Order: sequence, then structure tokens, then C-alpha cells
Amino acid sequence: MSDTPKTPGSSLACGEPQPGSRRRFIRAAGCAAVAAALTGCGNLTTEEFLQRNFRELDKRELAEIIARLEKEYTAKFRKKVTVAATPPMPGVLFGYALDLSRCIGCRRCVYACVKENNQSRDPQIQWIRVLQMDKAEGVNVLRADPYYDPPLVPQEGHFYMPVQCHQCKNPPCVKVCPVKATWQEPDGITVVDYNWCIGCRYCMAACPYGARRFNWGEPHLPPEEINPATEYLGNRPRPKGVVEKCTFCIQRTRKGRYPACVEICPTGSRKFGNLLDPGSEIRYVIENKRVFLFKEELNTQPKFFYFYGV
Amino acid sequence: MPRDKARSGWQSGGLRLAVAAALMMLSPALRAADPPAATPATGAKNAPGDVDPNQIQVPPPPFSEGIFPCTQCHDGKTVKLNTTPRKLVDMHDDIVLNHGPNRWCLDCHSAEHRDRLHLVDGKLIDFTKSYLLCGQCHGNKLRDWKVGVHGKRTGYWNGQKQYLLCVNCHNPHSPHFKPLKPLPPPVPPDQIVAVEGGRP
Repeated sequence: MSDTPKTPGSSLACGEPQPGSRRRFIRAAGCAAVAAALTGCGNLTTEEFLQRNFRELDKRELAEIIARLEKEYTAKFRKKVTVAATPPMPGVLFGYALDLSRCIGCRRCVYACVKENNQSRDPQIQWIRVLQMDKAEGVNVLRADPYYDPPLVPQEGHFYMPVQCHQCKNPPCVKVCPVKATWQEPDGITVVDYNWCIGCRYCMAACPYGARRFNWGEPHLPPEEINPATEYLGNRPRPKGVVEKCTFCIQRTRKGRYPACVEICPTGSRKFGNLLDPGSEIRYVIENKRVFLFKEELNTQPKFFYFYGV
Repeated sequence: MPRDKARSGWQSGGLRLAVAAALMMLSPALRAADPPAATPATGAKNAPGDVDPNQIQVPPPPFSEGIFPCTQCHDGKTVKLNTTPRKLVDMHDDIVLNHGPNRWCLDCHSAEHRDRLHLVDGKLIDFTKSYLLCGQCHGNKLRDWKVGVHGKRTGYWNGQKQYLLCVNCHNPHSPHFKPLKPLPPPVPPDQIVAVEGGRP
């Protein structure tokens, strides 16, 4: 694909197929499809429609796209919104650990995540789901209750297990994507190119953790609530019809900060760091605490660890 | 006395944390642990065990306004020193001491140096170092706290971090973590209504 001549965004003129030029023919057919699609695709601009997969973009194209998105978001939310494409840090593989002995199920993380990552408020989208489980039952998703709402938590006889994207090393969601709109970055974060996602939701069916969310409706995010520091592969506003998921707060962690859920947790149950750094707290947890992987038998090899800190 | 003042009275009159006789045996080892460790968690540059005081930032203890310094009242004149364990009346009487059996104020608060705490071996420490006092009994928690696994850290996973003191989350007089009101549960799928388009 990389040697495909650039189609000027403003021009949809399709050359006549020339004898012997298969590529030309395909391009012409493609243009026809574009034209057809544009008539039926409401507000999708030509540039958006012709935009390539994030991983195939060169620097100039990326800069153009980012400028376009920033303009679009800034106009839509009536304040300056930035879109970054921060590259992964070399020598970093992110890992996450959650202390099941301390989590009290207060859901502060859920809402800190929504705020930080610009999820749709209506229809509601949340990347973290906190499951209330029976202590007598142990970790049993069939008996888990995500809708608990007592006046105070923790409730007697229960423990709480927040579930979000496990950033698997062997991610089934990436495997099933028919268009390669989702992939694993070198720092271990599985991301989605919202402009490339076709909304087929195969990834949601494949994910054993239920960690992906689909924008069934037009996402509604009040302008006063937007977090204007966004990342292309992370928390920028999403369109309707695409899948989204936890990115370990890629817009924060690639700049060295802790994810929003780590910083909000009132019990300090959430630990985050570089798995390749032997001195990191995440390595300390793995080496010194009782750790378990959720659905380990599926060989997804999560980089999200549950542990007992007591 | 004003309630809010009394509530925070643990800092002044005091109670205790800590310190059963059994711990005395441990204290020499704990003393060695004095600088809050610095944390291996800061990146490959620091070998585990290195001490980097710049990495450790603890907020001030959560004193209520006006309660500290304790010597405002406990100056040896206004309030007479009485080291007999007893039930407090008048001042600090609403402090519920729910922290192990047979404790009382001067187990942790110094009788002679009212603005400081003391360890079981008599060593005086500031309120800002109260984790050393807690660690006399809760040594495993202190160890985990130093490496960033017990308690909360904020800041940078590869750089400067902020810590909380034990007493920022645990009232030393009644240390069990207090229950919280949970934020609202998610909307069940069958009740989600898309505003424009989407699933009916």
C-alpha cells in the first residue's frame, strides 16, 4: 500500500483504467466506491474517508490529520483541544496490578476514567466495571454483580473485583479484527484507530474480559466536561459506530504519569509501572505477593495482575 | 469543647498507636529503617535499595486547624502532666481509641515533648515521621509502603512521586479504613437509550 500514489484529498477524479494497469483499475473502482459511499455516509468528509490506517501514515499525513482533528474538536467543544500522537518509550512494557484485598468497590476509578478519557456520558460508556463477588464463592463471574448499590461499601461478606482491559500479550481481540484497526503497541498497550474501525464488534466477542465498548449511539460529551489533552490512539472524542477500550491512559502514561484510576483510588489498590524495570512497584508485587491472572487458562497472557497485598 | 477540636484531639492529648511490648524486640531493626526508603520504584537508574530523598514527598499530617502545636495547652503549666492511664474527660473525650487492647495516649505521644511522638525505645520522632511509629507493629505494611505497594502513590511512574502518611488514610486512634458511599452503578444495557440514532 505504501507505494500507492497519494490521492489528493480534494479530488475524486478517477482516471480511466489503462490497459495493463491493474492498480489503476482498482483505484478507479475504489473511487467509485468512495463516491457511492460519500453519498450515503452523511457527514464523513472525503479526507476522512480516504484516510489510511494509523500505522501506514507518514509524518506529513499524520500532522495533517491531527491538525484536522484538532480543528474539528475545537470547533465542536468550543475550547482548544489538542491531539497528540506520543510514541511509546523504548524499554518500557506497561503492567498493572490490582490489590483485591484492599479494593472496597467505591467506583471512584470508574468515574475518574470516564472523565479522563472522554467517554460518552449519554449513552453511558464506562471502561471499568467493578464486580461485587461473594467471599464464600470466590472469583466466579457467574455470581458477580456489577449493579450493587448499597449506602456504604464494602459490604459484609463480599469482595470487589474491578475489570478493565487486561492489555493481553496474546490478545484475541487483535487477532480477530478483520481490518487491523486494533493492535498492540511496543509498550504493550492495545489501541484502536477509531478512524479505521468498521464497527463489526468481532473484538468485543473475542475479548474474554468484556473490556471493549461500542458506541451504539452518537457519543454525547458536554463541552465543559471534555478533557482537552487527548491522544490520537487514546482519549480523543470518538465517533458513533466504533469500538473503544482502556488504554492504560496512554495520554498520561506515555508521558510518565500514572493512569487516572491509579491516582484516584482511595485505598491505593491500584499499582502501575514498567514490567521491564526490576525496581518498579509492579515487579515488586509480582515477585513478592500472591498474584493471579484472570482466566489464565485462556492463554491471553494479561499484563493486568490481581494480587493479595495483605 | 468544640467538637471539631476534640475530634482531632488525637494529635494533642493523644492516644496511641502502636507499641506493644512484643514489639520492643523488633525495634532495633526498625530503627535501622529510618529514612523512608527510597524506593526502588523510580526507574532503572536507581538500583533497588538506593535512597533518594527527592523521591519521597509526604504531605503534612492531617491536623485540624488550631490543634497543633500541642504545647499551646500542654506547656506544663496550663495543663498539668498526669501520666496515669485513665479515661479522658473535658478534653479529647470524644476520641474513640479503637486500636488494639490496653492502649493509651502516652504509648505514642511523648509526655515530656508534647509536640512529638516517641517510639517504644524512647526515641522521639516528629509527627511527619509517624510511619516509623506505626511500623513498630505493622512492619510488613511499612515495608510495603516504602516500595509503594501499600497505600497510594501519585505523580510519575518513572519519576517523582507523592506519598501519603499512614494517618492520611487511617485515623491512628481508630485505624480501620472507613466505608465509603459507592458512586452510582452502571446503567443496565436494557435501560440505555441512545439520544440520536443507535439502538432503540
